[in-house]
Amino acid sequence: MTARDTGLLGLDRSAKVRTFRWPGATAKSAPFLASAGSLLVLLALWALAATLWPSRALPPPVEVWHMLVRETASGDLPFHLAATLGRVAAAFVLSMVIGSVIGFLLGVNRRADQFFNPWVVLFLNIPALVIIVLAYIWFGLNETAAIGAVALNKIPNVIVTIREGARALDPRYAEMAFVYRLSPLDRLRHIILPQLQPYLAAASRSGIALIWKIVLIVEFLGRSNGVGFQIHLYFQLFDVAAILAYALSFVALMLLIELFLVQPFERHATRWRRRAA
Amino acid sequence: MRPVGVGAPLSVDIEEKTFNSAEGVTIAALSNLSFEVRPGEFACLLGPSGCGKTTTLRILLGLDRDFAGSFSLPEGGADRVAAVFQEPTLLPWRTVEQNIRLALPKERRNADLEWLFSSLGLGSMRTLFPGELSVGLARRVAIARAFATEPAMLFLDEPFVSLDEATAERLRYMLLSVWSSRPTTVLMVTHNLREAIMLSDRIVVLSPRPAHVRGIFDIKLPRQYRNPQIMSDLLRSFHVRFPDVN
Repeated sequence: MTARDTGLLGLDRSAKVRTFRWPGATAKSAPFLASAGSLLVLLALWALAATLWPSRALPPPVEVWHMLVRETASGDLPFHLAATLGRVAAAFVLSMVIGSVIGFLLGVNRRADQFFNPWVVLFLNIPALVIIVLAYIWFGLNETAAIGAVALNKIPNVIVTIREGARALDPRYAEMAFVYRLSPLDRLRHIILPQLQPYLAAASRSGIALIWKIVLIVEFLGRSNGVGFQIHLYFQLFDVAAILAYALSFVALMLLIELFLVQPFERHATRWRRRAA
Repeated sequence: MRPVGVGAPLSVDIEEKTFNSAEGVTIAALSNLSFEVRPGEFACLLGPSGCGKTTTLRILLGLDRDFAGSFSLPEGGADRVAAVFQEPTLLPWRTVEQNIRLALPKERRNADLEWLFSSLGLGSMRTLFPGELSVGLARRVAIARAFATEPAMLFLDEPFVSLDEATAERLRYMLLSVWSSRPTTVLMVTHNLREAIMLSDRIVVLSPRPAHVRGIFDIKLPRQYRNPQIMSDLLRSFHVRFPDVN
């Protein structure tokens, strides 16, 4: 039996090693390599399945890759990706801002919360498809209706999350702010937003994932560009390789945003917590 | 800097303050509590635990407006109040220096606070986050924040409670040295009689709940003469006047 298997001794050793390792070195690249390896296994399984059961419904990864290269070279893929990304961004900002403001107000005002809570529950449970169809019928097949419908699907989720955050605000900080006569802007920036940060992070994490899926449906049903429109097109042509090429490239794009935008921002926002003694 | 120590005193005249408990029982916390603190004076509000000292402070800070009576802050005290709470109440997501500067009005945010950092021994701690500080250090930061605002009225709510005696004693000396370089009217809540005798010009002795003033104990002797011998004399004469206060 090695020291690693033994309970206490093993724990002590690994804790020591972690403390003395330089940040950014092997400690960080190891999980990255692990996920890359895991994805490669998935890719291999896909390739194996496509070879064992050749079918139009499941093209091998190479074919999807060729399609991806072709569409990128023609400029179609970047154009439609950009269109979808624009809608995702617009709907995301819209739903986060509106949802946060409403959620905060409901969280700090119990009577308003009692009155509006049934509305929140109602909107939370309306299927995305119904909101999209109604938005197109009422406001026409235009960009405003499309983005509005996506935002409306997400807003209740944001409200519920931020409302929890607002309920959990620590009154001692508000009292400190009152005694020292902090301006409303300072209160928002230094007292309220930092306390809501974990809730904002949770809402935006789940938000981006939900929003881009709904944006695809919106595009599928009533837009003439974007990833959803292309998938609709290739669905009619039964071109699975193209469908996968578009879907996977957008997933990759969202992954990059998560890695290089969301995570660094979160690390910055929570730096005080990691350094805590 | 505006001159302090002139003008109106802190005058408190609270007729009644009651709480409603969860069972609907009305509890009187304060009744006919009235006293004055002269401008520039360091006063202590001394009373047994749970007698309503913190309640009084919350009323004077404007955090609790549900009471009968009135009070008036010293001149300029309306917007230049500072407080050190029982908990340091520092923002964990801001550094020591940011916590202190945030309490300052916008136009003074970049004021020179070197004297304050050095007299409280915080010079090397400015970039730390409150989570990285010991309890005693966090209290020092809270004291620094209060003095940084150059308040006309400073309220201290048992700032040295739950510290070990050596740390508390060091902090008391630090508080005194900062206060004597920037004198201001101070009202400190405490249940530690020794502490009150060491620090204050005037001790307002409160009764058990509902709190009212049992008497005032003025200490005319300047602080630098209060050596252990004199302090025990002061303690003795305090006990002669208030035999049942420990």
